[in-house]
Order: sequence, then structure tokens, then C-alpha cells
Amino acid sequence: MHRGVSGFETSGNPGSVVSVTDRVIAVEIGMPVSAVHFLGPAAVFVGDEEMLTFVTASGEAARLPVHGGAILSAASDGKRLVTGGDDGKVVEVKADGGVTTLATDAKRRWIDNVALHPDGAVAWSAGKSAFVRGPKGEEKSRDVVSTVGGLAFAPKGLRLAISHYNGVTLWFPNMTATPEVLDWAGSHLGVTFSPDNKFLVTSMHEPSLHGWRLADARHMRMSGYPARVKSLSWSADGKSLATSGADTVIVWPFASKDGPMGKEPGILAPMPARVSMVSCHPKQDVMAVGYSDGTVLMVRMSDGAEILVRRKAGSPIAALGWNANGSVLAFAAADGGAGLFTL
Amino acid sequence: MSDAATSDAAAKIPVTVLTGYLGAGKTTLLNRILSENHGKKYAVIVNEFGEIGIDNDLIIGADEEVFEMNNGCICCTVRGDLVRILDGLMKRKGKFDAIIVETTGLADPAPVAQTFFVDEDVQNNARLDAVVTVADAKWLSERLKDAPEAKNQIAFADVIVLNKTDLVTPAELAEVEGRIHAINPYAKLHRTERCQVALSDVLERGAFDLDRILELEPEFLAADDHDHAHDHDHEHCHDENCTHEHHHHGHDHHHHGHDHGHGMKHYHDEDMQSLSLRSDKPLDPEKFMPWLQQLVAAEGQKILRSKGILAFTGDDERYVFQGVHMMLEGDHQRAWKDGEPRESRLVFIGRELPEQTIREGFERCIAA
Repeated sequence: MHRGVSGFETSGNPGSVVSVTDRVIAVEIGMPVSAVHFLGPAAVFVGDEEMLTFVTASGEAARLPVHGGAILSAASDGKRLVTGGDDGKVVEVKADGGVTTLATDAKRRWIDNVALHPDGAVAWSAGKSAFVRGPKGEEKSRDVVSTVGGLAFAPKGLRLAISHYNGVTLWFPNMTATPEVLDWAGSHLGVTFSPDNKFLVTSMHEPSLHGWRLADARHMRMSGYPARVKSLSWSADGKSLATSGADTVIVWPFASKDGPMGKEPGILAPMPARVSMVSCHPKQDVMAVGYSDGTVLMVRMSDGAEILVRRKAGSPIAALGWNANGSVLAFAAADGGAGLFTL
Repeated sequence: MSDAATSDAAAKIPVTVLTGYLGAGKTTLLNRILSENHGKKYAVIVNEFGEIGIDNDLIIGADEEVFEMNNGCICCTVRGDLVRILDGLMKRKGKFDAIIVETTGLADPAPVAQTFFVDEDVQNNARLDAVVTVADAKWLSERLKDAPEAKNQIAFADVIVLNKTDLVTPAELAEVEGRIHAINPYAKLHRTERCQVALSDVLERGAFDLDRILELEPEFLAADDHDHAHDHDHEHCHDENCTHEHHHHGHDHHHHGHDHGHGMKHYHDEDMQSLSLRSDKPLDPEKFMPWLQQLVAAEGQKILRSKGILAFTGDDERYVFQGVHMMLEGDHQRAWKDGEPRESRLVFIGRELPEQTIREGFERCIAA
């Protein structure tokens, strides 16, 4: 990136930082990585191209090709990992390594997004079309006004948020009613529901977030980022949204009925590099933070206390993920340099 | 990763934008590029996926989805689909050497170009090489009258492939070339039949590369030297309202130096023109920069392209800039050479440019 590589500095954070770098099991994935998810005990690193790499807690790696081209999207619920590829396929991988092709786009369009529902439903998008495949295999689709930027299932009911130009479509695939559309000018990419189902937040093409209170579609603008926000993660208690895009983690408070409106966001873990990934611990008040210079920190959200997990190493952190009970953190840089840290 | 792989990853992929009005021959040119034995692999982004016969491994269908940036700049439109596709293609880096984006016949090239100015990810991975416009020698003159899209495509072009020249008379050819020059005298013009053009004339042009601004345009600097040699049967406009600079005839002359029997007609396009400014006195950067910023902020909708080489007071390096509508980028290029005239030149191509205002504003930027 734009900064040279040299020894670790805690600049911006004078004082000593606890380091656990000697307890990290380093893994070389050997290819660019875009995401990491846990399937049972294994960390599964999603390669830019067709390959998944399963890594056990002891650091042993096994590769599994799942697509005939680049993997464009991936989602996991801990039991299955679903990927979308530029080969037009939606592929499901189970913890035992079983691979099933769930769907093949009729026009071989790129599968830009995938999302999973706890009851087994899977959603994906290709171009302007969003698809939902129910737990019994029945498929429904809906076209929106422009190419789908992101997909997210609501925490309750079978409801899919589909982000696109100038807003988000909220679709109940099992209902015939016209979907609700939340408007806001611009290109909406990533989309996420708050865990309490009260708010919907999108990351925009511009370096800002947009949100709506679902009860009344009231707008929330969250701006001031120097770069586009590519990583969003809800805290374990669901009351804060941690975000990338600045040289600190920006944490928006969602505890009150107005969400972050009229409140200052939390600013944590400043570094002389940009935050590229955030991933909140599934149970505790802790988040993992990856930076554009390859640094990984664990940060306590209440007071900002930091633990160094990985020293900076040039390539930006592109993937962070916790296992289901939060005992293992997996990370990977864009160049494939990866590691596992057991708490 | 090996060093080679790392340096490949650092290299930006060149992107050529292929425009042209319906039926001009874009697909013919695209197929020529792809079928030629050049040993290079191209990723091709096309519209109307599957409806045209293109033989290539990596073809991606695009929807030409333009959106307006929320940055208060009303003409700042971006091709969101292109951002997404380029991002996806970067996962296959190493599988291709360059990207060609073919737009629809009715497309405005500005959003494509602006995507490269405003999107950080796109900028990190790819660079806009040139806008290549294919024009139909037989029909372009008509289209320039009734299709604003056709005029935009000519005005925006770095390279114009004037195709189907075998289907027109010398007089018709002179007319269409005259009309092209009236709009955009700075584009490289190539006459072709069935898009038979050397690939080096349309690819790897570096037209948006600040470092190469002048390499590409010798005419741009040497223009005035040619004016005296250029007095055969042109219909110059001597109208007070003529917004043209005549210096660009040097460029015309360059193209037509070997022509026989017919000359260039000089047309004045009522709507779209180019405007060139020059000064052999150094400019005051404290005055020039704010003036340029304000000019594009106020008139950016009218200004399609801008370029300049600037000599500032007390600065031993040439400063170069280029812009698309309201977006500008500029940098010091290199030291002025010994004996090289320290001259500033600017070019604007646009619609209904307020020439008098621009000229006066520029004059005020000359250092006292």
C-alpha cells in the first residue's frame, strides 16, 4: 500500500501494547484471500479464484476447488459455506467437505452476492435479479431497478433486503404483496439489519453509511469516512455497529430508539493505517480489527484496550472471522498470509 | 508470492473505452483487436450480452448503470456496474493483460471516464488508457446534426477511427473530417475501411497518463509553426463570433499533408467546440489553481475534456493537468528542458463554452 514496511510501531498509541503474536499459528494460503469463515472446527479461507483452503486448529491446510473461476461472494452460518462465482454457480460446502451446486444462473451471469437464513434458506443475486431458495429447495426470484449491491436476511421472518441504486427493496419472498422500498439517492452496496430488527444500514459507494429506522423509514446518515466502508460488524450485544473505512474503527451506537442520530460515534484503535476489516466477537465485548498495513488487533469495545495479534506486513488484511463460540480468531491478508489465534 | 507476481499485482491494468454511434463498426473493431495475433489476452466488457458475435474467453455483460455521486457535483456520474465488474475481474488478475469496455451506441463516455477519476479501488487497480470512438464516414455528418450522443462521443475521443471511408466520395470525406475537427481537433484521426487500423493506434495510448500528455500530441505544441503552411482552400470563418482558435489547423495540416486534390473544409459547430489558450509568460499558481477549480466547478457541465501544460513562476518543473467535466487531476511532470520554451497551453473541449470569460480569467492568471 502507500506506506513502507518497517518494524512495528504503536504510533498513535503510546505505551505498551500486549502482544500475542507468538501464540498465533501462521498459515500460508498461497493465493489472494477475500474471506474466512468457520465450518465446524476448520477455518475456511476463501480464495480470490476457485479455491477454498480448510485449515485445522493445528495449522494443517487442505484445498478444495469449488468454482470454475473467481469466487465473488461467500456467506456462512457455521454449518455451511455458500459461495457465488463468476461461473454463474451458487455452491454449498458443508463442514465434512461435501460440495453441492445449489443453482446455476441460466445466462451464466456472475453471482455477485449470497446470504444465508438461519432456517436454511439461501439468497443470491445476479445482475438485477435476486433469488431465494427455501429450505425445501423451492426457488423464487425478484428483479430490482438496478444491479443488486448487497443482500441480507432480516433476523425475523423470511424477509430479504436487496440494496441497489437509490435505495433498498425489502422483499418477503413468500408473500405476493409489493415489496417496500426504502429510498435514498446513490449507489447502495453492502446491507445489514441490526440484530434487534429495528434498523437497516447500507454502505454506499461514497464513503458513508445510510440507515433507516424500519418502523417509520426515518433516515440516518453516517458520514465522515475518508474511504468507502467495506466491512461492517454488529457487536455481540447488537447495540453497536463497528465499521472500517477510517484510520480508526468507527463504532455507531444503536442502543436507543433513534439509533446513532444525534450521537457521536465511538472512535477506537487509531493506527497510522486504514482499518480494512472489523469482526466483533460473537459473545464478548471485543472486536478483531485488520488494517491496510497488515496489522491485526483485538480491541475491547468498552475501553479501547488493545492486544496485538499480527504485526504489520505490507498487504492489507482482507479477512477476519471468529469460530462459533469465539475461542479462535482467523485472519488473512490479501496476499494469502494468514493465521489462527486461539484465545 | 514471487517478486514477479508482486510486481504484476502492482501494475495497473489498462482499460480502453470503445464508443461509437450505432452501426459505426465498434464490434468490427473489437473483433479485429481480439483476433489479431498479438499474444495478449483481453477481458471484454460489453453491453447487450450474448446478442453480438464476439469470440473471446473473458466477456462480461454490463448494464451501463450510471448513478450520480452524492458529492454535490451534479454532473459527477459514475458507472457503478463498471466498478463492480472491475473489482470482480481483479480476482482473475494475471489471466488477461488489458480490458476493453464497449459502450452502447447511445452512451455518453463521461460516466465511464469519471469512474476512473472518483473510484479509489478502480484507480488502484486499473487505468483509463484512451477513449476510442468509431465513426461512420457516411453517416456521421448527419448524426452530428440530430444525435447529441454522437457529438459527445467525438468530443470526448482521444482516438477517432473514421470507418467506411470506401463508401464516401472525397468531398464527403472532407466534409465529415471538417466536422470532426470543428468539434475535437486534438483527437488522433485514422481513416479506415472495415476498421483496418494498426492496433498500436488504438491500444496502449496512455491518453489519460499525465506523463504522456505531450508525447501524444506533438501537434499540440508545434501547432502555430504550421499555420503559415496552411492556407489552401479552407473556408475559414472570419466571423466575430467564431469561437475557434485557428492554431489547430496545424493539426489539420499534419493529417492532410499528404492528401491530394481535396482540402479541409472548416466548419463551425454551433454547439460543441474546442478552445485553446496559451501564454509564454509564466502563470501565478496562486491565481491559476483557484481559477481553474472555480471554472470547472461553474462550467464543468459544459466542459467535456480539459488538458494543460503549465509553466508557473519560480517553478522549474512543468505542471500538467487533465480533467473530465468537474473532475481534475494534475501533477508536476518533469523539469523544463534547457532551451525549451516555458510556455503554458490549455485546451478545453465542450459545449457552448463561455470563451470570453475563460480567456479573460486565464489572462488574469499570468504572473505580474
